[in-house]
Amino acid sequence: MNQTQTSSGPILTTDGIPLKVSLKKAERINKIRAFLLVLPLLAFILITFLVPIGDMLARSIDDRQINTVFPKTFEVYKKWDRQGLPSEEVYKTMFFELKNSEGYSVGKASTRMNYSKSGWKSLLKKSKRKFKKIEEGPYKEKMIAIDKKWGDPEYWLAIGQMVDPTTMGYYLNAVDLKYDSSKNVVQQKENRRIYNKTWIKTFKVSLLVTLFCLLLGYPISYLLATLPMKYSNLLMICVLLPFWTSLLVRTVAWMVMLQQKGVLNNLLVMSNLLEDENRFQLMYNQTAVVIVMTQILLPFMVLPLYSVMKTISPTYMRAALNLGASPMHAFYKIYMPNSVPGVSAGCLLVFIIAIGYYITPELVGGKDGQMVGNWIAYHLKTTLNWGLCASLGAILLAMMTVLYWAYNKIVGIENIKLG
Amino acid sequence: MALPAYATTGQRVGYYSFLTYCGLVFFFLIAPIFIILPLSFSASPFFEFTREFMNFEPDAWSLRWYRQMVGISSIGDTTVVTDKWMLGTRNSFFIGIIATFLATALGTVAALGLSRPHMPFKAVLMAILISPMIVPLIITAAGMFFFYSKIGLTHTYLGLILAHTALGTPFVVITVTATLTGFDTNLIRASQSLGADTMRTFFKVIMPLILPGVISGGLFAFITSFDEVVIVMFVGSVEQITIPKQMWAGLRQETSPVILCMATCLVALSIALLTTVEMLRRRSERLRGIKQR
Repeated sequence: MNQTQTSSGPILTTDGIPLKVSLKKAERINKIRAFLLVLPLLAFILITFLVPIGDMLARSIDDRQINTVFPKTFEVYKKWDRQGLPSEEVYKTMFFELKNSEGYSVGKASTRMNYSKSGWKSLLKKSKRKFKKIEEGPYKEKMIAIDKKWGDPEYWLAIGQMVDPTTMGYYLNAVDLKYDSSKNVVQQKENRRIYNKTWIKTFKVSLLVTLFCLLLGYPISYLLATLPMKYSNLLMICVLLPFWTSLLVRTVAWMVMLQQKGVLNNLLVMSNLLEDENRFQLMYNQTAVVIVMTQILLPFMVLPLYSVMKTISPTYMRAALNLGASPMHAFYKIYMPNSVPGVSAGCLLVFIIAIGYYITPELVGGKDGQMVGNWIAYHLKTTLNWGLCASLGAILLAMMTVLYWAYNKIVGIENIKLG
Repeated sequence: MALPAYATTGQRVGYYSFLTYCGLVFFFLIAPIFIILPLSFSASPFFEFTREFMNFEPDAWSLRWYRQMVGISSIGDTTVVTDKWMLGTRNSFFIGIIATFLATALGTVAALGLSRPHMPFKAVLMAILISPMIVPLIITAAGMFFFYSKIGLTHTYLGLILAHTALGTPFVVITVTATLTGFDTNLIRASQSLGADTMRTFFKVIMPLILPGVISGGLFAFITSFDEVVIVMFVGSVEQITIPKQMWAGLRQETSPVILCMATCLVALSIALLTTVEMLRRRSERLRGIKQR
């Protein structure tokens, strides 16, 4: 019998299977069961959320738009030594592929070609119209006769950037760099350098918002954590109500406050502190973005701070005071170091949310207050330069991932507080 | 934290200036929300406090923007019916409610799995499941726009509902997981040893205990969907109006005070939801035996 077995051999269950194996099996079943519970949501998030994000990332390096329109040209183009002008063969294949292509696909391709060298779009449009009349070669001379650009090596060299099915060009573009005609990385022209400024501005605004949130949030969290429950619950509503109120509603409220005939300017005029003519321009600038975002994100600072401060026992402070420290000294030496986890959690959370902001800068930022999110939306909706849109998004996403990882390490993702 | 009787003058000054500072911060947090309430009853077509309005002259106060919000408005003598706001309200509730149900069901089941002690790769899975809350909306919107247009989900209600469900699930996962910490697993064993099957155990033992968390998670998911405008703008069609989208359009184009009326209604809604969630949280803490200090 198994029960009589003592020290010799492995312990067996009643079925005669070693206990270790049996336990492992039970453990595995439990693991699979737990995983099966998570599986539906995981699959759902994968399809509706992660795959779209992956699609965007793929789009940021995708450069096949033209390869599908001019496949043969690209084949013969690759043989060209990039000296002078390409051979007659290249011209000939280009001629036939352009002539026989559909207008729609040429339009799409020419948009992409214009990103490499401006002028391609008009060149292709004009040539496609005139090619109809040409029946036979020599194509090189006839094409140059139609438009001198066909005889400009710069245009032919620009194609070289598009031969590969993938490109880093959009990423370069997103940090104010570009390829020159021989595929070296160079800086954009002075007047086209806008993205580095935007990145710096986004960081500046996010850091300022985080700083102000900390300056405003720390004292009130301290007050909330040290007041008796019945008062602090009441005051907590002041923090939670904005948290629950629609983002747009709060932005509208700030527009009412800040505009030229808004509440703040009116109050200043009524109290004779300000002349009616020179009301402040409080809206449509970066300052407005910082003010409004601080108010909107303040609850995300207060909630983590409060939950950490709540765990700091008041006896620590009492002990310090009892031992002769001044209140300021005790606060600085005892309370602040204990509240550091809350500070880091709150700051990271506010910063993470702030750098991806779009709605508030769009509504109150004006020209000066646009952040990276606004450029993503602009390229998505207005210029339809989806490659650049995707690469800006991918860079932003990479930053978020690093911050998110840091947050997970420091705070733990399951400790996010929602009121 | 009260001031002791022996506090010096300096300490008193410090203490009261601290309280004043905190008061100002609370005012900064709450004042903008309440400033719009009176203004929505103004007759003025601009977002401003006119002198007549401040002096409580009857002509300056009116319900005309509320009438316009529910679809009755008059320009001169003719009555014009614009039902964009009501259409938006219907759409918002329609999308929000379905997305909430889906998110709550998926999120609750996943949270049950995540809270089991045997869960493999728990940290990674949690990070993935929470990510829709962390990734900026504009990036989510761009990705969804690209991918959903490939599979024909743009400009459909299904696409919007799926997108909003994905955004809402992290809140359900977080609140339900929080409710499940300190959950006595012996209760499940007890129920099973008394002969209840898995479903019966879930609905009769687990569900009543985690219900507060499930409901607050659901309300969070609902308000997330109800507030969301970026995805609706990029994935939805022009006709698919929701309340926030209509507010956005109103702010960009016409700045009509109807926005303030709708904002007032939304503030009322958020007060109602906040109250519900707070009551549920206290109930849940009581049920789990966590005492308030």
